[in-house]
Parts: sequence; structure tokens; C-alpha cells
Amino acid sequence: MKKTVIVLLFAFVLAVAVSPAAAKDLKVGFIYVSPIGDAGWSFAHDKGRQVVDAMPGVTTSYVEAVSEGPDSERVILNMARKGYDVIFATSYGYMDPMLKVARQFPNTTFMHCSGFKLNANMGNYFGRMYQARYLSGMVAGAMTKSDILGYVAAFPIPEVIRGINAFALGAQAVNPQARVRVVWTKTWYDPATEKEAAKSLLDVGADVIAQHQDSPSPQEAAQERGVYSVGYNSDMSSFAPKAHLTAPVWNWGPLYTETVEAVQNGTWTSQALWPGMEKGIVDLAPFGPMVPQAVKDMVTKKKSLLVTGTETVFVGPLRDQAGSLRVPAGAAASDNELLGMTWFVQGVIGTTQ
Amino acid sequence: MTSEMLILLMAATIQSGTPILYATLGEIITEKSGVLNLGVEGIMMVGALAGFLAAKITGSPVAGVLAGGLCGSLLAGVHGLVCLGFQGNQVVSGLALTILGTALANYLGTPYVGQNAPGFYPVPLPVLSQVPVLGPIFFRHDLLVYGSFVAPALIWIFMKYSRWGLGLRTAGENPEAGAAAGIPVVGYRWAGILAGGFLMGIGGAYLSLAYTHIWTTGLSAGRGWIAVALVIFAFWKPGRAVVGAYLFGGVMAFQLRLQAMGANIPSSLLLMLPYGLTVVVLTLASMRQRGDQAPAVLGVNLEPRD
Repeated sequence: MKKTVIVLLFAFVLAVAVSPAAAKDLKVGFIYVSPIGDAGWSFAHDKGRQVVDAMPGVTTSYVEAVSEGPDSERVILNMARKGYDVIFATSYGYMDPMLKVARQFPNTTFMHCSGFKLNANMGNYFGRMYQARYLSGMVAGAMTKSDILGYVAAFPIPEVIRGINAFALGAQAVNPQARVRVVWTKTWYDPATEKEAAKSLLDVGADVIAQHQDSPSPQEAAQERGVYSVGYNSDMSSFAPKAHLTAPVWNWGPLYTETVEAVQNGTWTSQALWPGMEKGIVDLAPFGPMVPQAVKDMVTKKKSLLVTGTETVFVGPLRDQAGSLRVPAGAAASDNELLGMTWFVQGVIGTTQ
Repeated sequence: MTSEMLILLMAATIQSGTPILYATLGEIITEKSGVLNLGVEGIMMVGALAGFLAAKITGSPVAGVLAGGLCGSLLAGVHGLVCLGFQGNQVVSGLALTILGTALANYLGTPYVGQNAPGFYPVPLPVLSQVPVLGPIFFRHDLLVYGSFVAPALIWIFMKYSRWGLGLRTAGENPEAGAAAGIPVVGYRWAGILAGGFLMGIGGAYLSLAYTHIWTTGLSAGRGWIAVALVIFAFWKPGRAVVGAYLFGGVMAFQLRLQAMGANIPSSLLLMLPYGLTVVVLTLASMRQRGDQAPAVLGVNLEPRD
């Protein structure tokens, strides 16, 4: 009798100890720099989170509008303390705070977007947005009548400069006369200034407005003036249905799913990920009704070549604004050159300062 | 720069100067009554949110402007309560108001980020908008801009020629003499604070209803502080406030257009222009100050006496 009780008790303890571990959901946390309603950067990340949330055995939660710097460290630390298994921090300025927390919680997996620092339990990731920028540039170059494309730019950092160059190269590929005029706002999200910047480009004759910031106000400016626009981050056509040609968009779902699966299976390793169209991380939003079929076909064809890796965007000969050769004929820019890009290609009007 | 571009620049100048102008006029009225309100930035933020929400709910941009103004008055009323009711420090109360207003608008406004509301769109005035040069610059704007053309003149006439204007100025220049003459100076200070807050709220509502039509947090982006500086530049005169507001609006619009035209000037330098101008303007204003410009008891509370 005593023995049976002991065996039963042992079995019970074992069952209690094992079963929650097997049934325990993986907790995944996301930290966003802006409110998710912005139709921009954080909105796109949150769509990726929703894909993860639908996975079996995973629960997710997020904190939005977390300012970069000390505030973010508190939020990341809090998530780590609460036992989150994977934490995604989706803004550049979260890099150092995340690294600090990552060192204190070796059993938690940390993923940082758009930075460059790594730790044994912290990886980083970004996407080759310039591929989609190139395609959107092709659409803009085909649709412009004035041959002046306006680009409302955020901050002169390699990510933004790379995007402008890719846009210009795409436009020139279909329209050698196309010129891209750049106005820096030095903002990521300031609808008033960004709209004014778009208007200043419209005033110098631009008839397609592209942008890098997260607010849809440049789209609105283009529609009010009756010209075209190219969005960014997510499909912005609801803000300017008559102007919106297309938009280079983020699609974080596949990357987030893969990362969480790797953590579940114990196969995750710390590395710097920079996938592109082949993984579906970046893409083009659906074309607006004003884009002719011929243009759609041309862009779709180029897209398939980029997806298969048959062609790339930054192939020589590429010259900078001053005319000096940056990428020789027959060569392609290396990833390091792309990540440190601080010069404009020919055909871009503006400074990188 | 072609003449056509110059006209577009001038039109943009007026648009970007308008929210600053409303806020500056509001601060002038408040300060004329002897109360310093440094909460302009916070009141503009709240005005922007209230205007947006009211326009979204009612579908009427006019209701939005009224709501923006009323909520501006409400928040300014907190300043009145602290300074007039409890003899609190005006500088501290104003700064607290900025922090409170900004945070309140961020907190309450976050769920609506990225949404649109019906707003004001340009309404070219008949006949006047066809006048060459002047037409496109002045008469192809939205209703709030036309309102801002009329407001400074009305405020000037009110201050200079009406009995109430005199009472308001008395509250800021010599409240003791006013009180001895039976003028309700505290009442005038309340009026100055509430009317000023109303205009600041409209300045904020302009940003969310006319400047852009998409709600976001942090719309004011420092314009309230520029308004505080402009009051000194304007020597507390509504007419000079117009010059100041358009000067700033012009510099903001101009630096973007310089970039668009392909001027090879680093954008960092161009973006400094409005703020550099603030420093220059304040320096010039204080050099040329002739002592009697500021209301005599500005920022001084009215202590109850036996």
C-alpha cells in the first residue's frame, strides 16, 4: 500500500513537472518605436507579429511608441524579466539597450532590427528594401511626364541613401532622362514638415513623389496636386487612392516565423540576417489602376529576375554625382559597400549631408 | 528662382505661418493681461487632438476648430486656477502645462494615429483670387487662413479702442490702480488667459485640420515655443506678430524649397535656419527694447491685500 502511494505520488509529481513544460507556450515580445496605427514602419512589423501569433504554441505581445534610449532599456528588461523567450526590438536606437539586457539574460533570444551588433543570444536582421525601391523607381520613371521625381527623404544615413540610389537607378533604367530631386526633412514621422517638403518638390515640377518617412502626408500632398506618388512601408493607397502608384513594402511575417520556429526547435544561432525579395521580406504593393499593363509587365519581369538572383540592383558602371567611378563595369557593389553607402548616383539632385 | 516659384513660396509661407500666428496672438492677449503662459506648446497639442476628434465625430471641421479652441481654453484654465486662484508661480505652472498637454495629447491620441478627419481645404475667394500675384499668394487658402488675416486687426482694435481692451491692459500694466478704480482685474486676467488659450487651441487645430489631414502625435513640433519667442519679437503688438509669424513660416518653407531646387548647401545648415533665426530675433528684440514694451507686471501674481 505504502509503495503504491509512493509510486502514485512520484508519477503525479513527474506528470506535474513535465506536462507544463511540454505545453508551455513560447512567449514572443515586440517593441515598436511608433504607434502601430501609423500605416508605416511599426504597422508593418505588427503585421509580422500577427503571423507569429497565429502559430501553434506561441503567444505574442507588444509595446508600442517606445522612445529610443533609456526608456527602451526598461521595456526590454521588463519583457526579459517576465520570461519572454524571444524579444524583437524594431528600431535602430534599441541596439545598445538590447545588447545590455541580452548580456544579463543568456537564456532569452534577442533580435534587433536594422543594427549591426551581435551577442551569443542576440541576432540582428533587416531586409534588402533597395530591391523594391528599384522596382518602384521603374514605375515612377515610366509614369513621369516632367522627368522630375521628388523624394522626401528622412535622414542621410546609408539605408536611406541606398534607397534613393536604387529608386533613381530603377527610374533611369526605363527613362534615362529621369532625375530624382531629394529634400531632407531630418524626421521619421512629422506629417506637417513632410507634407511641406513634398509640396516644395511639387513646386519645382516633380510629378511623382516618393518618400522614406512613415507618415502618409507626402502621398496626400501629391494627390491634392493631382500627380502621382510612391508610398513606403505598407500599402498607402487608402490615403491617396488617385495618386498612389505602388509602394515598396515590408513583409516581416516569414522572417519572424522562421526565427520563432528556430527557437522552438533549438536551432537558432546568432547571426546578421539581410534577406531580400527571394524570401519575400520586401515586395511591391499592388499597382494603382493608373499604371498601364505594359509597365506592370516590365516591372513584374524585373522582379522575377531579382527574386531568382539572376540580376541585382547595384551593378557597374556606377558613377557618383561628381562623375567618379564607384562601381566598375561588370562588377556589383558588395554588401559592405551597400551598408556604408554615403554617395548619390548620377541623376540624383541633392546633397548627402 | 522664377517669379512663379516665388509666388508658390509666399503662399506656402502664409500656410506654415498661420498656426504660429494664432498661437502668438493668443499669447499676446494672455500676456497683455499680465499673465505669462509658457504652456503654449502643450495647449497647441491638446487643441490639435481635440480639433481632430471633434471633426471626426461630428463630421464638421468648424466644430473641430471650436472644440480645439474650447479645449485650449480649458487647459489654459488650469493655468488660471494655479496662478490666479492659488497664486502659483506662473513660469512653473506654464512649463508644467506644456508637459501635461503634450503627454495628454500623446496618451489620448495614440489610438487614432494615422486616421483622417474631415478638414479644411483651400477655398479660392471669388474675384480676389484672380488678382495677379496677390491672388495666388493670399486668396487661395482655407478658411482658417482667412480668419488669421482678420484676427490681428480685430485684436488690435479691441485692445486699443474698446473699454474691455483697456481693462485687459490695465490688469497687465497697473492692476492696483485698476482695482482702485473698480475694474475687476482678476476677471480680466481670467478673460485674457481663456481667450488666449482659445487662440492657441485654434493654432493647434489648424495643424490637424488644415495643414495635414492625418492625425499623429507630436504635431506641434516646437511651434508653441516659437510663438512664445515671437511675442517678444512682436513687442506685444498684433501687427508685428503677423510679420514675425510669416518670417518663421517663410524660413521653414524656404529651406525645403532651397533643397528641392538643388542648392548644394548641407541640409543640416538649412534646417538650423528657423532656430538660428529665433536666436537672432530675440537678440535684436532685446537690443532694441525700450523698456515700456512688456506689460509692466507681466508674470507677477496679484496678491490679495487687506
